[in-house]
Amino acid sequence: MEWETVIGLEIHAQLATKSKIFSGASTAYGAAPNTQACAIDLGLPGVLPVLNQDAVRMAAMLGLAIGAEVARRSVFARKNYFYPDLPKGYQISQYELPVVQKGQLTIDLDDGSSKVIGITRAHLEEDAGKSLHEDFHGRSGIDLNRAGTPLLEIVSEPDMRSAKEAVAYMKKLHQLVVYLGICDGNMQEGSFRCDANVSVRPKGESKLGTRAEIKNLNSFRFVERAIEFEIERQIDLIESGGKVVQETRLYDPDKGETRSMRGKEEANDYRYFPDPDLLPLVLDDAFIDAARAALPELPDVKKQRFTAQYGLSAYDAGVLTTSRELADHYEATVAALGGEPKLCANWVMGDFSAFLNKDNRDIADSPVNATQLAGLLRRIQDRTISGKIAKEVFEAMWAGEGDADAIIEKRGLRQITDTSAIEKVIDDVIAANPEQLAQYRAGKDKLFGFFVGQVMKLSKGKANPQQVNDLLIEKLKA
Amino acid sequence: MHEKTIAQLSAGLAAGEFSSEELTRAFLERVERFNPQLNAFITVTAEAALARARAADQRRHRGEAGPLTGVPIVHKDIFCTEGVRTSCGSRMLDRFVAPYDATVVEKLNTAGAVMLGKTNMDEFAMGSSNETSLYGPVHNPWDLAMVPGGSSGGSAAAVAARLAPGATGTDTGGSIRQPAALCGITGLKPTYGRVSRWGMIAYASSLDQGGPMARSAEDCALLLGAMAGFDPRDSTSADRPVPDYTALLDRPLDGLKIGLPKEYFGEGLDGAVAQVVEEAIAEYRKLGAETVEISLPNSRLAIPAYYVIAPAECSSNLARFDGVRYGHRCENPKDLLDLYTRSRGEGFGPEVTRRILVGTFALSAGYYDAYYLKAQQIRRLISDDFQRAFQQVDVIAGPTSPTVAFRLGEKVDDPITMYLSDIYTIAVNLAGLPGLSLPVGFAARLPVGLQLIGDYFAEDRLLHTAHRYQQATDWHLRAPAAFA
Repeated sequence: MEWETVIGLEIHAQLATKSKIFSGASTAYGAAPNTQACAIDLGLPGVLPVLNQDAVRMAAMLGLAIGAEVARRSVFARKNYFYPDLPKGYQISQYELPVVQKGQLTIDLDDGSSKVIGITRAHLEEDAGKSLHEDFHGRSGIDLNRAGTPLLEIVSEPDMRSAKEAVAYMKKLHQLVVYLGICDGNMQEGSFRCDANVSVRPKGESKLGTRAEIKNLNSFRFVERAIEFEIERQIDLIESGGKVVQETRLYDPDKGETRSMRGKEEANDYRYFPDPDLLPLVLDDAFIDAARAALPELPDVKKQRFTAQYGLSAYDAGVLTTSRELADHYEATVAALGGEPKLCANWVMGDFSAFLNKDNRDIADSPVNATQLAGLLRRIQDRTISGKIAKEVFEAMWAGEGDADAIIEKRGLRQITDTSAIEKVIDDVIAANPEQLAQYRAGKDKLFGFFVGQVMKLSKGKANPQQVNDLLIEKLKA
Repeated sequence: MHEKTIAQLSAGLAAGEFSSEELTRAFLERVERFNPQLNAFITVTAEAALARARAADQRRHRGEAGPLTGVPIVHKDIFCTEGVRTSCGSRMLDRFVAPYDATVVEKLNTAGAVMLGKTNMDEFAMGSSNETSLYGPVHNPWDLAMVPGGSSGGSAAAVAARLAPGATGTDTGGSIRQPAALCGITGLKPTYGRVSRWGMIAYASSLDQGGPMARSAEDCALLLGAMAGFDPRDSTSADRPVPDYTALLDRPLDGLKIGLPKEYFGEGLDGAVAQVVEEAIAEYRKLGAETVEISLPNSRLAIPAYYVIAPAECSSNLARFDGVRYGHRCENPKDLLDLYTRSRGEGFGPEVTRRILVGTFALSAGYYDAYYLKAQQIRRLISDDFQRAFQQVDVIAGPTSPTVAFRLGEKVDDPITMYLSDIYTIAVNLAGLPGLSLPVGFAARLPVGLQLIGDYFAEDRLLHTAHRYQQATDWHLRAPAAFA
């Protein structure tokens, strides 16, 4: 039988506020346990929550960016359950009336087509603390630094049909929240994590199959692998006469499998009810307009502009707009150079990105800035150096040896464009390789490359490649 | 000195007739002498009180004293006090010391009031007789065999027995007004949001409101002026200015329209109480007020709605007491579930447990609509009843409680009868309105309270209405013989 996979994702994006969603404690990551938990986060008697307006602004920005409805009135509710890292015995979340309702995100698929993924809702809530089960000799430790950290839970429709689509959606959303500056996107620290609801059904069937929820996937790779494993598991199970049960599963990255979290989640009744400590959240036009005004150019719009304004391919424009920082760097380079957008694109996407990756650096602390990069490209443009030599110069710039002109001078890399000088080198090469010359003239065209190589080598790469080409054709003919 | 009202003590301090230290010492001596009979205090903070009194005297010397500077008061043990135990009358918090002051405490400290101690109360403010406290019942100063009312029974008894001239209380369904009535003092539950709930341990968050308890309306006005105001730490606190409650007290009552809800004078109201209340209303007519019969048709639904909403909120509010971070923890828990169930089972008394169970049930899937949502709808109907009435009248008056103080132990095993003790006060909380109880006479030698209900933020009108009555009568000055 042919099977169809149905996937919906619930993504928790930690909002990049300075303080917690209902208290003034810091949200900075990595502090010593329980040093960033105030009386409110600890759930001491008599304390009360006060909503962080910045978290609301960020939620509204996401809503506007995904074409959703930003609710004029939304309500915080209490989700009641006991757990040691949940200090109040309830989590403040939004239940019936979330702040963001009905949006969508367009993802690009491998075959070049695109697909619209519905977003059911996004709601504000507080994170719980962390239970630490190791290093306490049979006891558990509780770290409440994370308790009260603002989260935006973004719930998609079950619109994805493969693990690849799920990953494409997750990446697109990740790109968006980072663009918006509402989430640092750091998946290792748990700032952006995903629960995947996965089910399968016979192709053509309209009823949804029973789903399993895979919890806490914190990398794109894990999402893909976990979903793929889960699809396989469910199909095997059904085909061998079994039934999928609705349950929560955990992905084990070491074994590459999902397994049931039985016992933890047995039909919890969370007894949701509106939190009487918080008034309904009412947003007026001015607030929403301000959030709209704060929106940066969104990735899709920027990508389109790059193709139109700079004549780039859709692929190049896509790569360059992956992040705001990269796009800004590219545009700054073009501006500094005063044109040559394709040359700039090749360099920003090529060596520049490769060196960043190699050193695992952010653009912000790149040793070569846009002006410096443009200085290098200018020397390619005016044929002072060849593209090949430019790579050497770039490496030296990266190593902090100075700007392009200084390096070119110091190392004597200025390109040879004097025809007579190049002719002299060519003559020497031809004289030194009579055998190859004979073969070439006998019709072995492939040897042209050999001669180019020899000339470049003898000129230490400095001869202008185009001139070498043109002159060689003439000389070899004779 | 103990016979004086806050207004008189304030004047005496200002005139230099006595120092705050002398005053504080005098009240502390009374506490030491009389509290054993009453059990009104959970904690007495004598040393700290004297230190504060001396500081208040110095402040006065510097010319920086306000009307409450140097005046001794007591706090219900539901308000968190930095460095001093806040027990909420429960084993759960028997050893809990908050690292912060409640806003109410902070404001009264700023005003220079001197805290003598923390008063006894029903456990987590759940009760109408002060019999659910871990620390034992409070006795009514008018008759030690009787309850003082609850849940702010310790505050009411302390003020009635002249162990303190003023106190703070909290009122979720009548917990300021009913004990004020049963102990013969004046108590005000302000409009929901008028007084900050920060640091006031929550019972039912949408109903809880702190307020003053004292001998006279004038004293309540002085206390409320210091307690009220917007607090950015409480999202439900009202961002509107606090009027000078004392400035408006002396206006005449001419033309005041008092509504008498017929539902408050029917079945269930004790005949002798009814008669005293009628006499008080007659007095109001003499003072120039006009009375009209009104109807609050949904009154009978108030108790059932309250006993869904309050327990529902309490079941969630009290979930934090789990033995994990603070509060009572059972010995040697064998696993997490055991830690939870035994810590909570041992930490909470039977009334609190009952309400947690009821509330948990009311919020459960499948019952939520039938109970919680329905109760919220009733709540709206009750508010609408009051709003209709206030189009017609300025103030609503009636008995505070259907009976005078009842015998200790009399209703402990009969929660439904106990709940009826708050039948006239609960609707006011559901609607979020201000309500005041003032002493208007005696039935069977026990005090009777008259309840005045005002429109939103009409505390000034209630205080003024009560004050004019107290100018014409002396019920509020009567002291129980044993504590005179």
